[in-house]
Amino acid sequence: MAVLTAIFTVGFYAATAWLIYGLLRKIVQYWRTPAPLKIPTMPAPLTRGGVAMRLVREVVLFESLFKSNKWIWLFGWMFHAALLLAMLRHLRYFTEPVWSWVVLVQPFGTYAGFAMLAGLGALWLRRVLVERIRYISGPSDHLMLALLLGITASGLVMRYVARTDIVALKQFIIGLMRFDWQPMPTDPVLAVHLGLVIVLMTVFPFSKLLHAPGLFFSPTRNQVDSAREKRHLASWAAKLEARGE
Amino acid sequence: MGDYKVPELTEFTEIPALQEGAMSHSHPYLAAPEHQEPLGFPGELVEDWHDRAIARFGELLDKSRALRVYLDSCVRCGACTDKCHYFLGTGDPKNMPVARQDLMRKVYRRHFTFAGKWLPWLVGAEDLTEEVLDDWYSYFHQCSQCRRCSVYCPYGIDTAELSMAARDIMDHIGKGQKYCNEIIGKVHTIGNNLGLPGPALADTLEGLEEDIEDETGVKVRLPLDEKGAEILLVTPSADFFAEPHVDGLMGYAKVFHQAGVSWTISSYASEAANFAMFIGSYEQMREIALRIRKAALDLGVKRLVFGECGHAWRVAYSFLNTLAGPWDFLDQKYPIPQHICEFTYDLIQKGALKFDKSANDDMTLTFHDSCNVARATRMGGVPGGQFEIPRAIARAVCNNFVDMAPDSIREGTYCCGGGGGLLTDDLMELRVKGAKPRMDALNQVVQTDGVTHMIAICAICKSQFSKVFPEYGMGMDRVVSLHQLVSNAIILDGQTTDEDDDETKAGAAPTETEE
Ligand code: SF4
Ligand code: SF4
Repeated sequence: MAVLTAIFTVGFYAATAWLIYGLLRKIVQYWRTPAPLKIPTMPAPLTRGGVAMRLVREVVLFESLFKSNKWIWLFGWMFHAALLLAMLRHLRYFTEPVWSWVVLVQPFGTYAGFAMLAGLGALWLRRVLVERIRYISGPSDHLMLALLLGITASGLVMRYVARTDIVALKQFIIGLMRFDWQPMPTDPVLAVHLGLVIVLMTVFPFSKLLHAPGLFFSPTRNQVDSAREKRHLASWAAKLEARGE
Repeated sequence: MGDYKVPELTEFTEIPALQEGAMSHSHPYLAAPEHQEPLGFPGELVEDWHDRAIARFGELLDKSRALRVYLDSCVRCGACTDKCHYFLGTGDPKNMPVARQDLMRKVYRRHFTFAGKWLPWLVGAEDLTEEVLDDWYSYFHQCSQCRRCSVYCPYGIDTAELSMAARDIMDHIGKGQKYCNEIIGKVHTIGNNLGLPGPALADTLEGLEEDIEDETGVKVRLPLDEKGAEILLVTPSADFFAEPHVDGLMGYAKVFHQAGVSWTISSYASEAANFAMFIGSYEQMREIALRIRKAALDLGVKRLVFGECGHAWRVAYSFLNTLAGPWDFLDQKYPIPQHICEFTYDLIQKGALKFDKSANDDMTLTFHDSCNVARATRMGGVPGGQFEIPRAIARAVCNNFVDMAPDSIREGTYCCGGGGGLLTDDLMELRVKGAKPRMDALNQVVQTDGVTHMIAICAICKSQFSKVFPEYGMGMDRVVSLHQLVSNAIILDGQTTDEDDDETKAGAAPTETEE
């Protein structure tokens, strides 16, 4: 038992540190790399406020995807929205006392798991059945879906089939957060669930999951249409200019 | 190269079944040392090309946020897979935007990511082998950098950025494309893509002045290198002689004349096109743009106006301020630079131009949004002006105008098939097949609305359609310049109006109709 607790305790600390380090490293790298030219996909907003709205629409509604393909939009949006709900619901294991709005989310959050399952399943089916998407899919694309499905399914099992000891689990998690370590409940399904979460956290910063921060740094989406009014010059281009003339 | 089947037009552009390798034979002529070296690129494939390519790749990653973010972010959702006209026209899966990106992404993964270094099989990482390089040369020259895919990608991934970077890397190892690099060399030495020297240009412009006078009885000038003129007109050099481009140029001249402004063309910067964009070279692009700055300074003009051209307007609208600014010596009351359509539209708004719309009555027209104008620039003060202003002009000068299917115009417009430095005879098969989605949409309005002509505001689109229309059984003169219609309809002060002239003019001049 102590071994299991030790493995997961160390695992969570390491994965969290790695996730934060990896994401920050990427974000700093994106931040530092200049965008030498104005390349917003037009028509684009004329103000920073407009760009903020464009990004909000992309993040909340998946606007471009909606224009593109209604099926991918439907399944993708369903999965992401449900994931958000499910994650919010999980805050109850991290807060003591549980925040009141998290309590409100609870009933939706429990069903969200099914929506995630459906969304992921449909996306996977498309990946296998639609010739074009099958062609562009590699092992990592399938594995990522398997990973997410594994997390979702094991979560649902604990909720609806073989309930785990929630009170002990919460003590374990709060213990992690307060550096006051508690034993992890011995439940194979829980071990699978948490193990896969650790894997997900680990692969996040060097996988396609980088689309999450990537969207905010995408020049075609985050630039203002103001090329004629405001001169845009990258630092390396300014140096080139200084050297040249 | 001549052996291929022209696609059959369909009512809606259908998504083809995958045909692996269908276009793997397509690649443009290699640049010779005399095209490479003047641009500072190695003359031929260098010995250590692999290492140099990876080194250049690394440099570009540090210089361009787009490249980095786009190589990391794709989730392979497939939303872009049916958006590229080259895929729709050829069925070659490597022409699906994401698959095109993956040609580059797999090398990026191998050399620049943790996962690709340690678990290449898992993430599809691959080294830049000779085979992969050949694929790059082939398929990054099957992308017209039209950015249609970027509209539909949930992260705005712009395949054009990747294809530009790939071409830049290939240039740096001595594997450049002849068509683009030869042309860029001509601009550096002579001042335009065609290599048309100053005296020849003067002759041409004089001839056009005579043509206009014969036709209208009015002396409309097309000035060259006139110091102190108010406006410098920078226009694609195809406007000086190609059909239907030149009819557009006469239209600009008439509009300037009627507006009563002084203007000039520069023999030093007699080219709006900037093919350096196609090869992704900031330095080359800047050098060409600086010619315009020098011409504006030397001639002492106050305003800068660009003629009808797609990628040229992108370089002008989006990049000129960056590349050759600041333009503090020009009159700040006007947009810098301004599009000829904006110029004409303003005059129409003010009621300063008079038209006889019936001069275009022998045509029923539709409008092809050029990809670069539509997705990479703006006209006027509101987003989307690039769609509305040319249409407003068309409606002001002709009676019969209809639009094509909504998903094939405006921001969703299909490329003509010849953009991005692919307008060369050695890529004819690609150009014909890539035009299919546009041809489908056009054919639809031809059938249902009796459309006879299509308007374009891009020199490349015009040349491409003149060449490709006959392949689809349509007359090459069925593509017209927007300002050609303006030219037909405009009533100049003191014009000797006579019916015959209107008629010969409207049929779009010397070429025969082939239907
Ligand atoms: S739409 Fe964007 S994220 Fe989706 S496959 Fe295409 S490039 Fe990748
Ligand atoms: S930029 Fe245009 S040509 Fe290139 S991949 Fe995207 S849709 Fe195709």
